[in-house]
Amino acid sequence: MKNLPLLFCGIFFALAFSFCGLILSSDYQVGSLTQSTQTLDEDGNNVEGETLYPLMESGLAKQGKQVYIEMGCIYCHTQQVRRVGFGADVERNWGPRGAVARDYVTQDRVLLGTMRTGPDLMHVGGRPLNKDWHLLHLYNPQITSKGSNMPPFAFLFETRKIDGEPSADALKFVDGSEYGPAEGYEVIPTRRANALVEYLLSLKLDYSLPEAPIVE
Amino acid sequence: MSTATQSNTQSTSPYSSKDVAVRAELSEIDASVRSSALFFTVSAIFWLVAGTVFALITAYKAHEPDFLSGTEYLTFGRARTLHLNAMALGWGNNIVFAIGIWIMARLCRSPIRHGGLLLIAGVFWNIGLTVGLFGIFRGDITSVEWLEIPGYASPLLAISYALIGIWGIMAFRFRRGEHVYVSQWYILAALFWFPWLYVIAQVMIIWFPARGVVQSVTNWWFAHNVLGLWFTPMALAAAYYLIPKVLGRPIYSYYLSVLGFWALAIFYNWAGIHHLVGGPIPVWLISAGIVASVMMVIPVIVVGLNHHMSVVGLHKEVWASPTLRFVVFGAISYTLASLIGSAMALRTVSEVTHFTHFVVGHAHHGVYAFFSMIMFGGVYYMMPRLLKREWPSATLIRIHFWGSAIGITVMLIALHVAGWIQGTQMNDATVPFLDIVKQTMPWLQARSVSGVFLTVAHMAFAVNFFWMLFAAGAVRAKQGPTLLTRTSEEGAA
Repeated sequence: MKNLPLLFCGIFFALAFSFCGLILSSDYQVGSLTQSTQTLDEDGNNVEGETLYPLMESGLAKQGKQVYIEMGCIYCHTQQVRRVGFGADVERNWGPRGAVARDYVTQDRVLLGTMRTGPDLMHVGGRPLNKDWHLLHLYNPQITSKGSNMPPFAFLFETRKIDGEPSADALKFVDGSEYGPAEGYEVIPTRRANALVEYLLSLKLDYSLPEAPIVE
Repeated sequence: MSTATQSNTQSTSPYSSKDVAVRAELSEIDASVRSSALFFTVSAIFWLVAGTVFALITAYKAHEPDFLSGTEYLTFGRARTLHLNAMALGWGNNIVFAIGIWIMARLCRSPIRHGGLLLIAGVFWNIGLTVGLFGIFRGDITSVEWLEIPGYASPLLAISYALIGIWGIMAFRFRRGEHVYVSQWYILAALFWFPWLYVIAQVMIIWFPARGVVQSVTNWWFAHNVLGLWFTPMALAAAYYLIPKVLGRPIYSYYLSVLGFWALAIFYNWAGIHHLVGGPIPVWLISAGIVASVMMVIPVIVVGLNHHMSVVGLHKEVWASPTLRFVVFGAISYTLASLIGSAMALRTVSEVTHFTHFVVGHAHHGVYAFFSMIMFGGVYYMMPRLLKREWPSATLIRIHFWGSAIGITVMLIALHVAGWIQGTQMNDATVPFLDIVKQTMPWLQARSVSGVFLTVAHMAFAVNFFWMLFAAGAVRAKQGPTLLTRTSEEGAA
């Protein structure tokens, strides 16, 4: 090839084309989305006085999200429910509806994920799993999910000698559990473990959006 | 074809060229990049070994979750990330810097000016990467795929990259001779594309995050293009350079080279959105990504045909040459991996393979079976010319080849099967999730076995390399190229 200006222009415009087509256009189309009420009034505006969704990330849950990021949970868990008819996400009770772009507008860092070695977590807070279950599951997944290949996060807990009355925060093992601490000891979640569970419990896709209503 | 022939005969290897002036010129060019190319290659091999250790830990953890689970530093998410970044930015980028700039300098017939500054940029790249990996180890991981390096290390990477890229482009600026060979187009383009991708992705995801899923679109535009517009063009450039060099005959068709280059440049950079099929982003973006992914069939077939026709009839020579054994393995893998990749982008296939081990397998098909194999071939060709001595052991090269070839084949089969099982069962809501996990176990164990083969291969490579580098007298005295069979002509390596 001898026509160098053509070579340079081609190299430049090839990437400029996809940069404009994919990045700038989606920033224009999706980057301006804001929170919304579940339904809109007749003029297409938010209904006054109703809660805006998705909710803002806040407090302890936000710290828990940081723990989720630090532990690399994203490499085995997605946070995106696929629509009915594409995969079986809704049928698996991973969420009552497919996720849409607006569901992520309040997040500083979006953790869609691309791998499901474990289940999707977008609606894990809406499943019938309470704080005690999550703590035991994080401490050692074999307690709640025998055969799982999720690593234990026991380092987010502290095993200590019971001093007087047992602590109210201690993990609630079933009697004689092979995973429980030695006699006279108890397992206490650290602040990071509590934050992570708070975050997981905050993950809920239990609201409708105008463009994505939950169909009963 | 005629023009390609011309450029080719102008720059044959120092071993085979009859023209003393050409040989002297190449020697001078090689001398100008020797220190930096050696530094990059040594760094690359160091990271390859480190990345292999992280890979073994990660693979083993996938079926033995209690392994090394006592502290947070090597929990699965971090061990996996250390593996990916050590391999991509450590092995991949260092070896691309070494081989890409060396080939660029040779084809431009232009010695690298101020090679010392290039070396300093290389030192900073590796310092930045070390700081970044240490950050990941202690928990400053960003959890943005392919951009996990914490924000305090990435500017160092960006700046040192810019210097290295500028050196490659400067070699092009001071080129001699009118014709520009296909390898130069690819290298020039890749040196220009990578910083654009990297800086935009850093800005829009880490430094000034865009709103919502715009981050995810940017993420996959970047991550897929690291392979498509950085590793792929560099590996194709190396293949286009090495095949005619070793075989002593030109690339089959100049016109196919042109078509392959432009089709890749136009289509590949739209393809990354196929990582979000079924995701919460505008559907037209996904459709565009699928169309581009399918259109990639054109450059892949064209390049595959061009490479195939260039080696056809010379299979004995290919088999005897350490360089070409690896390069041809890589070139065949390029065709296979890319065609599978185009198929995976289709909605019906993606519905099954997305979110599964199938994708992990596919990633290794591209980055290892294609890219890394060609880079191994490049190292086998480059080192004797930089050091003016031969590879000490043909046996170690054979161990490297067979360890890599068998290891990656076992891994690809295991992960593709595991992924297909996982995907079909996941789409059947009556199968409990833990049953799916159990069914993938034997295949994940097979992946660990493949890791052992790959470890042996990389060790053989590293031993042979350092043996050559710190050569004893016996290695220095060795005459003639190290070949893998006895039948080949003189001149190939």
